[in-house]
Amino acid sequence: MSTPKTLYDKIWNDHLVSENEDGTSIIYIDRHLVHEVTSPQAFEGLKIANRSVRKPHFTLATADHNIPTTNRDEGISDPESKLQVDTLEENCKEHGITFLSMSDKRQGIVHIIGPEQGFTQPGMTIVCGDSHTSTHGAFGALAWGIGTSEVEHVLATQTLVQTKAKNMQINIQGEVPLGVTAKDIVLKIIQTIGTAGGTGYVIEYTGDAIKSLTMEGRMTVCNMSIEAGARAGLISPDEKTIEYLEGRPFSPAENEYQSASDYWLSLASDDGAAYDKTVNIDASDIIPQVTWGTSPEDVVSIDGLVPNPEDESDETKKKSMIRALEYMGLVPNTPLKEVKVDKVFIGSCTNGRIEDLRAASKIAKNRKVADHVNAIIVPGSGLVKQQAEEEGLDKIFIESGFEWREPGCSMCLAMNADKLKPQERCASTSNRNFEGRQGRGGRTHLMSPAMAAAAAINGKLSDSREI
Amino acid sequence: MEKFKKIESNAIPLPMVNVDTDMIIPKQFLKTIKRTGLGKNLFYELRYDEKDAPIDSFVLNQDKYKDSQILITGKNFGCGSSREHAPWSILDYGIKCIIASSFADIFYNNCFKNGILPIKLDESEVTKLQNAAENSLSFTIDLENQKISYFDKNINHEVSFELDKAKKTSLLEGLDDIGLTLAKVNHISDFENKQKSITPWLYSQQIK
Repeated sequence: MSTPKTLYDKIWNDHLVSENEDGTSIIYIDRHLVHEVTSPQAFEGLKIANRSVRKPHFTLATADHNIPTTNRDEGISDPESKLQVDTLEENCKEHGITFLSMSDKRQGIVHIIGPEQGFTQPGMTIVCGDSHTSTHGAFGALAWGIGTSEVEHVLATQTLVQTKAKNMQINIQGEVPLGVTAKDIVLKIIQTIGTAGGTGYVIEYTGDAIKSLTMEGRMTVCNMSIEAGARAGLISPDEKTIEYLEGRPFSPAENEYQSASDYWLSLASDDGAAYDKTVNIDASDIIPQVTWGTSPEDVVSIDGLVPNPEDESDETKKKSMIRALEYMGLVPNTPLKEVKVDKVFIGSCTNGRIEDLRAASKIAKNRKVADHVNAIIVPGSGLVKQQAEEEGLDKIFIESGFEWREPGCSMCLAMNADKLKPQERCASTSNRNFEGRQGRGGRTHLMSPAMAAAAAINGKLSDSREI
Repeated sequence: MEKFKKIESNAIPLPMVNVDTDMIIPKQFLKTIKRTGLGKNLFYELRYDEKDAPIDSFVLNQDKYKDSQILITGKNFGCGSSREHAPWSILDYGIKCIIASSFADIFYNNCFKNGILPIKLDESEVTKLQNAAENSLSFTIDLENQKISYFDKNINHEVSFELDKAKKTSLLEGLDDIGLTLAKVNHISDFENKQKSITPWLYSQQIK
């Protein structure tokens, strides 16, 4: 019998084109997602070197990062953003790449539309010039973010030169308590291993709490692998994966679906496969989580207090805590539930899927957004928006006082007009609470959609389970 | 890519941990379609106030570090977004070598694509170099021999560093990665033919 292998080992082996003399490997890339911000210089590089795109049909492009989420009919008013989006469209036309434009209802955040279209499949290697490409790992695809030079490399060769990473297993044992979501699980993971804990590793998430997540929940977990320092996160494919993908536009056709499914299931990590590192977390200990600082590892439970730097013995850590608290305008030992918010953002590639909007709508239904709060809902794609409207979620949100927007990355990175003003405090379902991330001087608290909706209603950080 | 040559310069001390790529180059500067011209906005929010005036206390605004080609900083440098605008802005500013106890993976990788040398050293070693940088001492970075050296009070200090052989060669020779891979295009075609027979659905997928 052959040595038991991890999912990562199997995908790596199945994509090995050749091994270079220097110890690196050429790895084949099955699918490439492209967006407006990290691609123009790559296409320019191709032009300068007179190179073509090797596999235009393995490439899918859309505009998501800097497009407006209001008044779409008027186009893009910011000239620089418009130039970037127009440049992408022209590049796609020139090289025969499918481009989902702002007016196409399939348009949305790259990491939402890949799975939604069935472009993302188990066992694939998928890359994109965006660090949250790890999202696609929820399907058992090896997916990671790359820089623009590598975007160019993939366009030209459909491969990347890589060194194999180490295997890390994060095992979430048992079941999470009622009202605890995928976002709470992944925030707990980042708190546990730290933002550099996964550096050099590909993380595979295992355990009952992961298995019982929906595909949407699994995407939320894999999405934030990068916040734990890992370029890729993986979950072994199972029946849920197969069921999710069946009948989607890019999914294997009916006559090939059975053999594809058999192959996908065979990729799951073998019993007894060796990991370089294993971390165990007890699911029953997890309650809704929020961040208090300016790093995604600055996580506390909602019933906790703003931490006190005086309790920290490590001097460097203490210094960065003091800086973070000052930036965040928080006083040590304040109960989190007393922290008032000004804005609420529900959306992003972390939490902009239909299940996220349903969870938020349950909290919003028959309640009103607090008077001092401005709350926006930005669906992850045109199709998520359409489905939410079919289910009447838009009406629930609008009646509660939320703004219902057009799809895009929006206030997750604030490249478009959606941003915080200095010192404004935001309950956000996105993935990064860095200084200035949502706007210069803006203060971000990361949390789940239900928690963000609860913050909108109460006007302060709140435990969604108490609403 | 330009070949990496020996560097002689003083070094900018930036003793902060978890410096993320949003901090290195904020999003408002990502709307460019060029690789150049980003240096003036490197560390924008640390470097300029809300009226775009330089903040005197920030290290990059201090005259003595004006022409530094080396940055010495804290662990997990370059975490966050994959934006290559981060190394582009660093290079455009004139920094060619970054020393830290650890780097985030994507940023680390992006450096080599742009002729920047990121050096990983033990935290205690980085702290010593930080102190030397505070005193504006001059450092020599010798990639060929994998050595950092500097004189402090007439004593020559030498620090060796580890580096993956392939990455070293790529920097020293300024290699064109894409050209190197395309030289193996037959391997790629062979792989595609093999993959098509094993997992044919990957090739029959049509965009509707």
